[in-house]
Amino acid sequence: MSNSNETDNGKQEFTITAYTENRIGILNRIAIIFSRRKINIESLNTSPSEIEHIHRFNIVIHETEEVVSKLARQIEKQVEVLKVYYNRNEDIIWQEMALYKVPTDVIAEKVLVERLLRENGARVVVIRKDYTVFETTGHREETDKLIEVLQPYGLIEFVRSARVAIIKDSEGFNRKLREFERREPGEEVIENEYLDQPKNVFSM
Amino acid sequence: METIQAESNTLTAPEKTVTVSGSVALLEGLIAEGVDTIFGYPGGAIMPIYDALYDYTDKLKHILVRHEQGATHAAQGYARTSGHVGVAFATSGPGATNLVTGLADAQIDSTPMVCITGQVFAHLLGTDAFQETDVINITTPVTKWNYQITDATEIPSVLAKAFYIARSGRPGPVLIDITKNAQLQLFEYEGYTACEHIRSYRPKPNIRKEYIEQAAELINSAKKPFVLFGQGVLLGNAEAEFQAFIEKTGIPAAWTILGAGAIPTDHPLNVGMLGMHGNYGPNVQTNSCDVLIAIGMRFDDRVTGRLDKYAKQAKVIHLDIDPAEIDKNVKADVPVWGDCKETLPLLTALAEQKEHTEWLAEFRAYDKAEREAVIEKELNPGEGEMTMGEVLNKLNELTGGNAVIVTDVGQHQMVACRYARFNETRSNITSGGLGTMGFGLPAAIGAKFGAPDRTVVAIIGDGGFQMTCQELGTIMQSGVNVKILILNNRFLGMVRQWQQLFHDKRYSFVDITSPDFVKLADAYYIAGKKVTERDDLGNALKEMLDHDGSYLLEVMVAKENNVFPMVPQGSSVSEIRLK
Repeated sequence: MSNSNETDNGKQEFTITAYTENRIGILNRIAIIFSRRKINIESLNTSPSEIEHIHRFNIVIHETEEVVSKLARQIEKQVEVLKVYYNRNEDIIWQEMALYKVPTDVIAEKVLVERLLRENGARVVVIRKDYTVFETTGHREETDKLIEVLQPYGLIEFVRSARVAIIKDSEGFNRKLREFERREPGEEVIENEYLDQPKNVFSM
Repeated sequence: METIQAESNTLTAPEKTVTVSGSVALLEGLIAEGVDTIFGYPGGAIMPIYDALYDYTDKLKHILVRHEQGATHAAQGYARTSGHVGVAFATSGPGATNLVTGLADAQIDSTPMVCITGQVFAHLLGTDAFQETDVINITTPVTKWNYQITDATEIPSVLAKAFYIARSGRPGPVLIDITKNAQLQLFEYEGYTACEHIRSYRPKPNIRKEYIEQAAELINSAKKPFVLFGQGVLLGNAEAEFQAFIEKTGIPAAWTILGAGAIPTDHPLNVGMLGMHGNYGPNVQTNSCDVLIAIGMRFDDRVTGRLDKYAKQAKVIHLDIDPAEIDKNVKADVPVWGDCKETLPLLTALAEQKEHTEWLAEFRAYDKAEREAVIEKELNPGEGEMTMGEVLNKLNELTGGNAVIVTDVGQHQMVACRYARFNETRSNITSGGLGTMGFGLPAAIGAKFGAPDRTVVAIIGDGGFQMTCQELGTIMQSGVNVKILILNNRFLGMVRQWQQLFHDKRYSFVDITSPDFVKLADAYYIAGKKVTERDDLGNALKEMLDHDGSYLLEVMVAKENNVFPMVPQGSSVSEIRLK
């Protein structure tokens, strides 16, 4: 499924992935790189990566590739940021998780719950006398769709997580990290690798 | 602590641990980093550090400023002349917020500086305690790195990191905020270990051989190559490497105001100043060269003018240590990232020995046109009101180009940068990126501490001087020898110039009155004189330079003189106006 969402002015959705030290204040340092340029962050996830003490940020913004590449370099320039990547939607696998709270009596009475769950890839997390919580994961359109379905049945509360994304051609960060820990890093540590492929990146 | 002070050596590498306070550990760390001068101002939340400092006056000179902003600019001046990290102390709350302008200035001008601020006790953080301010978050956008210490055991390692970050790679300001409990806390001090590596921080990008080769190829085939150089050459201590490069390749070189002095003013390949009030030739030729080689400069908008008409005909080679600068404003055809002290020799080795006589002659022709249209009457007006240029001209004659020139911001700054002669590097101290009025006087104080054997002349306008003139008190108390040259045109001249040229002479709030500056200096026991007549200028300048100690000389210059040439905002560099 291609989700480029390209618009007239060349802006499209990009997912920025940043590996950082787990330090107080780094979130602010990264956030102000966007706010200073009056760029809105559409979605932000930060959580521990597969490597101890290293956090992984996923930031979704709607911008031109030229702007995104400059932002990526500004983020990577921060002392406590190890590495930054940015990707178009076609280069990543991503998911968002959503929770839906609906009144149990309405759902039990009026909805073919089983069919609803199957059609939307949802599952039940909690069933109480007063309410039931469903969960689903997927792209924005998919989690949106279940809102539409549940709205007529008195959706009480809804929450959606930020995007988490896996980069299709990434080999992970473990090997790179070992290079960063060396005083004289080898070729594995490449600064701004998008700069090494100007043809791929800067063709507007 | 008395026992510690009884020993003559510092605690850099104690044989066994010793129990010290966080404050003592901080001062020991500063000494281990080679710090000899601190600019600061005490207050409640930093009192434990000042208490410890009382026992360290034999190793650490503390200069009491009159406002914390002055401490930052002095630390900047010190860093810029000495090449070492400048250090400033301030207390929490208002003391810390007063550092913000200097931090922003140091950040945009890549000046290595470590600021230490006191903070309320850790248990009071977030309670709106007396003089509590969220200093870390206020200073995040204007620091290369900052950190809050709440436990004394962190002090040695965080200080080491701070100095390493401030001075390495592209230098910049670092702020450490230390809560009062951490300053007081006693802990087992194991000595100071300098920081040499942070895994998430790459001060120098790896040099890419292929880009060096591509750059050399472009340079060797160029017919009209043109070098633009900035402060990166000075910050990289690469003046000799830079000179070797341009001399072998024979390429004319023009400077940004922060790059001034990296090669001597009278070097035959030095073709002058870039930018809005730069020289005629360098601006025009930017749009006729075939290969543009930018070295340690960041294509500031005051240098480029209108970007979509900037050097479009040229292949651009950009040497910079900061990869984020590549393609930021001007797209580079060949990005040579790395420390120019390392990349320049590689480039010189591959470059062919050349002379670009005809191309250089084009610059000379522009020089001649500019000299006739602008420079001659600015430097030697002969009659009428005095010009800023003629003051600089006289000053050059007397100093021979050997003085450190510190400027404030405005018309006098542009005139000083255009006309001051520099024989040596690290001689032009000015607020380039931020354009901070009030920078000049405190920066000159720091510049003199950073270069005690050199003559330091602060050239300041009547407006900017009044922004930080309380630092005359610092001069008085410290006895530092700074020559203050006020060029008084009774206007906020640069804004007035713009109002004249672009706002129909609607002089909105640029008419500024001044106190009697000589009397003001006298109140601080600083000698001074005011000059209103051309005939007295030479002698007065000589008296200022010869005076044993600080001296304030006020020169009354033309009220409504404009700085030319000028690239009007929104115009291309080749549309530079001579009048």
